[in-house]
Amino acid sequence: MNVRRGWAVFVVLLILLLGACALSLFAGPSWVPLSEIAESPIVRMRIARILLAIIAGAGLAVSGVIFQALLRNPLAEPYVLGVSSGAGLGAAAAIVLGLSGSGVWGVPALAFAGALCTIFLVYALARTSSGAVPVPTLLLSGVIVGAVLSSILMFIVSTSESEKLHNVMWWLLGSLQALDWRPLEISAPAVAAGLLIAILLSRDLNLMTLGEEPAAHLGLNVEQTKKLFFLVASLMTGATVAACGLIGFVGLIVPHIVRLIIGPDHRRLVPASALAGATFLILADSFARSVLSVEIPIGVVTAFLGGPFFLFILRRRTSPYWR
Amino acid sequence: MLSLKNVSAGYGKKLVVRDVTMRVPEGEFVGLIGPNGSGKTTLLRVISGVLAPSEGEVLLRDAPLRTIGKRRLAQMMACLPQELASDMAFTVREIVLMGRSPHLSRIGRETRKDSEAAEKAMALADVADIADRFMTEISGGERQRAFIAMCLAQEPQILLLDEPTSHLDVGHQLSLLDLVKRLNRRTGMTVVAVFHDLNLAAEYCDRLLLLHQGRAEALGSPQEVLTAEIIQRVYQAKVLTEPNLVSGKPHIVISAGADY
Repeated sequence: MNVRRGWAVFVVLLILLLGACALSLFAGPSWVPLSEIAESPIVRMRIARILLAIIAGAGLAVSGVIFQALLRNPLAEPYVLGVSSGAGLGAAAAIVLGLSGSGVWGVPALAFAGALCTIFLVYALARTSSGAVPVPTLLLSGVIVGAVLSSILMFIVSTSESEKLHNVMWWLLGSLQALDWRPLEISAPAVAAGLLIAILLSRDLNLMTLGEEPAAHLGLNVEQTKKLFFLVASLMTGATVAACGLIGFVGLIVPHIVRLIIGPDHRRLVPASALAGATFLILADSFARSVLSVEIPIGVVTAFLGGPFFLFILRRRTSPYWR
Repeated sequence: MLSLKNVSAGYGKKLVVRDVTMRVPEGEFVGLIGPNGSGKTTLLRVISGVLAPSEGEVLLRDAPLRTIGKRRLAQMMACLPQELASDMAFTVREIVLMGRSPHLSRIGRETRKDSEAAEKAMALADVADIADRFMTEISGGERQRAFIAMCLAQEPQILLLDEPTSHLDVGHQLSLLDLVKRLNRRTGMTVVAVFHDLNLAAEYCDRLLLLHQGRAEALGSPQEVLTAEIIQRVYQAKVLTEPNLVSGKPHIVISAGADY
């Protein structure tokens, strides 16, 4: 696990990301000749889409890394923990309340608030009196809270008469369709800020994987660190959900594979997961819009891949890289 | 070095430790013993600073523990809790380097000085030859020594241990405690350790604090504390004590109950 191999991995990840961008630029139902690329509106839309995929992929993957370190659980992930549903409910509430028209901040702000409330609720429900957060209770409370929030979300969708809610269903399934640059204006800074904090404080995440008390014995202010990272992960999840809806399992698949390649040190894991998450989502999106004549919602693609992957990790308890 | 003044502590309203007073001079090896649920681990958590006493005070070099910053405290005191585990595939060296955290700034990276401290700690704890192995693939005894090395990398003046040998076989038990004792004798590092096994406690500790229902039942040398009369009263177990033929420290001889 030496440093040089770490750098080689980053170079490869960067090349893969650029390759995925290039592929995604050309993939899709319509082929744009090279000579028209500069002024083609389709290409401009695809660039916005690629940027959105980079932001969302990096945000979701790093949120997964953070939740996994704080909760000491390889299955923790914004979608599984119900955090995405909380963000989705917040975003839908903002749309119904008419906040989406009043400015660009309404939807992301409520999505962030929804994500934050959800993780604290799930965490409080799963925590036993001794302070431990056992795997089964954490997953159960995440799934149940997520289900309840989803049903409230569906209730809002089904009872509302608003015209906009026709789009909500599509958005709920996850979509990187970017009609303009507006979703990027909020999400990109939010994810970038979260990523920066996670990279700067990545050593704290290493300590947190030892457990809360051992981390405290090493001089870490555990309560402060935990709150800060819950905030950061919720911010990234909320920003992503507000921009492109519910895209599940990215935070599960990507960190797990990256950990297999470069090990669990968060100083490398965080940036590498961001790069790999971006690449993964660009590829998944290219696949979603070019494999059939109609576009498949991206959330359907990631869940189709991620569900079995989740079960695979759950079954393989003797994985040498985690438990 | 360390001084406990009328310390009471517990969880919620339930007090687990009641009115314990003790002074630990620099360089001493003190054992905390007592039956299950007598408050040994809770008292150690109070000393380590993760649990605030509900009454009384812990002083470290005459400064109240609560006034010492977390990082500053971790530079002076290391703690190996019971059943510390790393589920992730960190290498031994990566784990030991985590022990340098209190000496780094929050966003700081390890320097050559930190690597040297880690290498030294690994050599002391006899894990230098497995430095690049994964924590998940080494034996229980090796893992415990790796965590000891992590504590030593903190360069602490006090080392707290909570039943450090509980899951180890007799060979690993002795080699681990020999290591701690050697550090204690050669570097003057103060040690406060929770023991389950009374014979191990008698062999390695200068003084023992016997806890019973959260109170200090006896405090003194192993000879003073580990008498058949006291053990029978506190543990409800019929035992004999005789001097260990090698060390002269008290040795507890058990016998099975009279009738089956």
